[in-house]
Amino acid sequence: MTPLLQVENLAKYYGARIGCTDVSFDLYPGEVMGIVGESGSGKSTLLNCLAGHLKPDHGAVRFATRSDGLRDTVTMSEPERRMLGRTDWAFVHQHARDGLRMNVSAGGNVGERLMAVNARHYGDIREQAIDWLGRVEITQDRIDDRPTAFSGGMQQRLQIARNLVTGPRLVFMDEPTGGLDVSVQARLLDLLRGLVRDMGLSAIIVTHDLAVVRLLADRLMVMKDGHVVETGLTDQVLDDPQHGYTQLLVSSVLQV
Amino acid sequence: MISVENVSKSFTLHNQGSTVIPVMAGASLHVAAGECVALVGASGAGKSTLMRMIYGNYLTASGRIMVGDTDVASAAPREVIALRRRTLGYVSQFLRVVPRVPTIDVVAEPLLLTGTGADEARAQAATLLARLNIPERLWGLSPTTFSGGEQQRVNIARGFAFAYPALLLDEPTASLDPTNRATVLAMVQEAKARGAAIIGIFHDHAAREALCDRQVDVTGFTPGLAA
Repeated sequence: MTPLLQVENLAKYYGARIGCTDVSFDLYPGEVMGIVGESGSGKSTLLNCLAGHLKPDHGAVRFATRSDGLRDTVTMSEPERRMLGRTDWAFVHQHARDGLRMNVSAGGNVGERLMAVNARHYGDIREQAIDWLGRVEITQDRIDDRPTAFSGGMQQRLQIARNLVTGPRLVFMDEPTGGLDVSVQARLLDLLRGLVRDMGLSAIIVTHDLAVVRLLADRLMVMKDGHVVETGLTDQVLDDPQHGYTQLLVSSVLQV
Repeated sequence: MISVENVSKSFTLHNQGSTVIPVMAGASLHVAAGECVALVGASGAGKSTLMRMIYGNYLTASGRIMVGDTDVASAAPREVIALRRRTLGYVSQFLRVVPRVPTIDVVAEPLLLTGTGADEARAQAATLLARLNIPERLWGLSPTTFSGGEQQRVNIARGFAFAYPALLLDEPTASLDPTNRATVLAMVQEAKARGAAIIGIFHDHAAREALCDRQVDVTGFTPGLAA
């Protein structure tokens, strides 16, 4: 099996400061990888470099495109990268309002992604929008409401529907359950797990919540000060952490 | 089917004075298909540690742990995931689930992951739950609010949903009443009969006598404890 994403020696600097450095890994189809670390550890910088939102200073991010096999997304042209962003990739922001158009109806938010890949038939687009809103448990009678009229949890589910409607193969998520209350978090975790399993998605999830990665991620990468300090199978890293920082992280979780 | 060869492990506690605790050395163990082996030894001797090393959630410092064709001690994460999906099952003492997911879906999940259709997977899950005396009115509820014994039975149903060729059982009969205990013993016997290689920890003497072909005392693998 060939990897879906191959990252080699990736580095990003902010002047003299390190954003992230020496990051290498392979992600295979169907795999979910978690990236954990405290704030400022470089996990969001890394995610943004992988998703093409930031230009890394060094290294390669090779993605298995449908037509040409592995291509380095760092050196490909801007239109090509944008096309990937609309089709094979999805990005779920921590704050739903960063990933939604707040003044467009819920149905319009989902339909827009479809129109960006050349869907033109209004009836089909609306039907698909209704189908996806249903999958994320937003009832049909809310399709014409704007996201401003939605609760935080509903906005996050709408953002997920908008992102997944085009059938992406790789989903980037930045703290997808951050800022939501726990009952809503549980619902979202259940939803994400089902989608990953049924659609065979690969995903990279940045979070500081170890309980979230335990339930969602197959593999884990622990970051500190821009460096990857430990990687491995999620339950192995959490149950038998090798690096001092990971041991501190795991032992600092409050038990409920 | 399962072959542990000269395996060792130690824990290093970086935040507690870098204390190094050697917990296992020279551990070897072979379990053939259709065989059930009990791990015995006093509390703290390393029974669960060895079991977790075989499952891959504890790292192995040296040696080989072959489960089928995979060396768990050196396999990449995705190889361990594939192994756990189709070959190696584990019934732990604790149920860990996504909150809000109905019990029947928790039990059906290993089947869904291996490509069984949703209806068929749910039907098989229902059969298992009924056999383990979980009342049908609870199937649609999340097991997070269940009693200890009920959670243990949901855990067992989930662990036996897919017919893994290798099974690890950590105290499967703890906190069960006599009827359910008998059911679980029968399920383990059936797994043996279909050729599963089983490693178990049983504090329940009678269960161990009934199920296990031999026992291995892990005290012999514990540095500082071996005679």
